[in-house]
Amino acid sequence: MIPVCPLADLPTGESVRIDTAPPIAVFHTDGQLYAIDDTCTHQDASLSDGWLEGCLVECPLHAASFDLRTGAATCLPARRAVRTHPVTVQDGMIYVHHAAEEGTAA
Amino acid sequence: MKSVAVIGASLAGLYAARALRSQGFDGRLVIVGDECHGPYDRPPLSKGFLTGTTTDQGQLALADAEEIAELDAQWLLGTRATGLDTGGRTVLLDGGRSLTTDGVVLATGATPRLLPGPVPAGAHTLRTLDDAQALRANLSSSPVRVVVIGGGFIGAEVASSCAALGHDVTVVEAAPLPLVPQLGPAMAEICAALHADHGVTLLTGTGVARLHSGGIETRVTAVELSDGRLLPAEVVVIGIGVRPRTDWLTDSGLPLDDGVLCDAGCVTPLPAVVAVGDVARVNGVRAEHWTSATEQAAVAAQNLLAGSTVATHRSLPYFWSDQYGIRLQFAGRRLPTDTPRIVEGSPDDRSFLACYERDGRTTAVLALNRPRPFMRLRRELVNQALSA
Repeated sequence: MIPVCPLADLPTGESVRIDTAPPIAVFHTDGQLYAIDDTCTHQDASLSDGWLEGCLVECPLHAASFDLRTGAATCLPARRAVRTHPVTVQDGMIYVHHAAEEGTAA
Repeated sequence: MKSVAVIGASLAGLYAARALRSQGFDGRLVIVGDECHGPYDRPPLSKGFLTGTTTDQGQLALADAEEIAELDAQWLLGTRATGLDTGGRTVLLDGGRSLTTDGVVLATGATPRLLPGPVPAGAHTLRTLDDAQALRANLSSSPVRVVVIGGGFIGAEVASSCAALGHDVTVVEAAPLPLVPQLGPAMAEICAALHADHGVTLLTGTGVARLHSGGIETRVTAVELSDGRLLPAEVVVIGIGVRPRTDWLTDSGLPLDDGVLCDAGCVTPLPAVVAVGDVARVNGVRAEHWTSATEQAAVAAQNLLAGSTVATHRSLPYFWSDQYGIRLQFAGRRLPTDTPRIVEGSPDDRSFLACYERDGRTTAVLALNRPRPFMRLRRELVNQALSA
């Protein structure tokens, strides 16, 4: 379980990157928290810098788009999904539960 | 339309093929590519592919096996198109073969400009995967002296990659300052300073007279500058721009002038022939940008299937470059008279956002390592452009 930041420090519409290996991006959408692998599967770019719209985040480099709920790539040029990670809040603190490494990353 | 031939199997060609299928074209689709590789992404070739962070060729692939199967195309790779008949219905291929087709997508891209004279071993251009592999092989041994001719984006990225690999790098730029046409002098000066930050020598205001070579393998030994200076070099990279690959279309009757001339919908005077990507001069502008190639493909496919120009390409120019660990992003239409103003961050930190302004209006935006605010402003500019 990785502490991220106090919930109060991540308002709706904001995101934060945590420097795990590989890094994870945590998003606060309308009433929901999501965590996905931070690096776009197309080319090296940080999705925590991306454009958040509903449950989709658009990569700041080439506009690939990912669904925060599933990690699925919803638009080219990305073709592969990013991993999703469970998020919880305890005592006002956001925690990410690093998804188990399933085999090797795609 | 029962058959379409896409000439060029790179980014623009693949995106055109995708667009044709996604827009309902279910006829015969033939994709001709002169390289033996399937479609791959070129931007990493001057960056991660040289430095070794992108080691697997599969990481460069633009389409996976599943998608290739779904496209249901006939691929003629390792095949060069040599001509197009004046009606645009027959594509001549090397080896005396030909293709008869109802529609043609011209996506042959561009080819690097060369210096006059022969190219000795150790001197490289960087455009294709084969080019990148050859250059990488030359950079894999002990530190060497590398001279990069041309300080544009390719030159700067290659210089950055070579410096990261521990080589001794000099960049030679004919203009007084590189990247002025793209960024204007003030911002170009900031970007030029990145070379010195990383121990790379930048020589400006001098051209190259010739390459010296010697020995039994006639490998390159030095670069002679037009002012007479001699720069010893074991590896030379020539990054002095590209020219669109239109030679094969000379007898086609299509209007050619630094690209295939087409309207704002990527349509040539022959409605069954469209052009996309680096080879296309769309409504007077030839853009050598990754994003333009992908966007034009969708428009061109739509017009080709409609048989006339029903859609036009109106998006905002966008390009990026990664050099020395810094991500540079630019979007907009800048005139030389527009004034850049730094609105966030500082050039001293190599992290800032600058807006180019004309009559109090933002015309373009440049960011160094500021992806988030850049994207916000880029979207605003796109919305302005679309509503204009």
